[in-house]
Amino acid sequence: MKELFKYFMTFFKIGFFTIGGGYAMIPILEKEVVDNNKWLTQEEFVDTIAIAQSAPGALAINACIFIGNKIKKISGAIACALGVAMPSFLIILTIAKFVYGFRDNIIVSKVFEGLTPAVVGLIGASLYSLVKSSGAKGKLFIVPVLAFIAIGIFNINPIFILLVAAIGSILLHKYSEKEEY
Amino acid sequence: MVLLNLFLSYFKIGLFSFGGGLAMIPFIQEELIESHGWITSGEFVDMLAISQVTPGPIAINAATFLGYNINGVLGSVVSTMSVILPSFIIITTIAHFLEKFKNSKYVDWIFRGIRPTVLGLVASALYSVGRESISDFKGVIIAITMFYLVGIKKINPIMCIIGAGITGILLY
Repeated sequence: MKELFKYFMTFFKIGFFTIGGGYAMIPILEKEVVDNNKWLTQEEFVDTIAIAQSAPGALAINACIFIGNKIKKISGAIACALGVAMPSFLIILTIAKFVYGFRDNIIVSKVFEGLTPAVVGLIGASLYSLVKSSGAKGKLFIVPVLAFIAIGIFNINPIFILLVAAIGSILLHKYSEKEEY
Repeated sequence: MVLLNLFLSYFKIGLFSFGGGLAMIPFIQEELIESHGWITSGEFVDMLAISQVTPGPIAINAATFLGYNINGVLGSVVSTMSVILPSFIIITTIAHFLEKFKNSKYVDWIFRGIRPTVLGLVASALYSVGRESISDFKGVIIAITMFYLVGIKKINPIMCIIGAGITGILLY
């Protein structure tokens, strides 16, 4: 029970400080789950992001459920999902009830002027740490570059690209496996 | 009855929206505005603005806000829970099968293909968010500083976010 409360609080913190959606959550999630608590290895973390992106639903929620399930099965998944959703729930409820027009507040809008570009830096940091930990070098860099061009420039559905990568990898390995014999 | 319909609508939204919170928007429009007429387009736009500038996943923010507008606190509890539920079922099922086929070479191959692709995915998010969110030189400086502190210096991202908020008050 004490353990579950710790998961809940950790993910509460993650949910509270994520502004700008799932991708901005990656560096915070990584810091807490991989560096601070060592619940996942770096490689497992990258796999989590891939799975969270491929399944329906919000990236952030999917990632937290998967991580929770990894650390403590269903009860862990429930604790993490509730933890990450709770700050949103409380904050939005307060806004909907009391301060609907809060965005026109001058201080609040200035804070967000600073936060919006910061989110870009955060996503950059998560990309940097993912590239470093992937150990990708030389020829392997072709894959992420192609994926970026397809998704970022040509707006092709990322699920489709992940699917192509998975099938491509199976075919490639199967082919080279045959060669060995 | 409204609560049951709310549950079904949000369950459907959670189940069919691939690609994260922002990809949910057309589904929410279809379900809540066109099919049920529960909210107006104006409320919907307010909801989007509020979801993006408040902490937390956009999908959860949107569900809580719209649920409250439709049926008070109870409505917000129902819609938030039902948008999480499909994720919950699907992800724990995937995790179960991954555990079972952990030693399969196919699973290994799949992940070997997917891992480098995720880098391209995050790079695209960086590109599209960057184009939208950086509007002036001050923004460029904030973004680069943030990258340096979190990415290179490994300073706690939460501290840096608070710092960015304060910088916003000082600079703008």
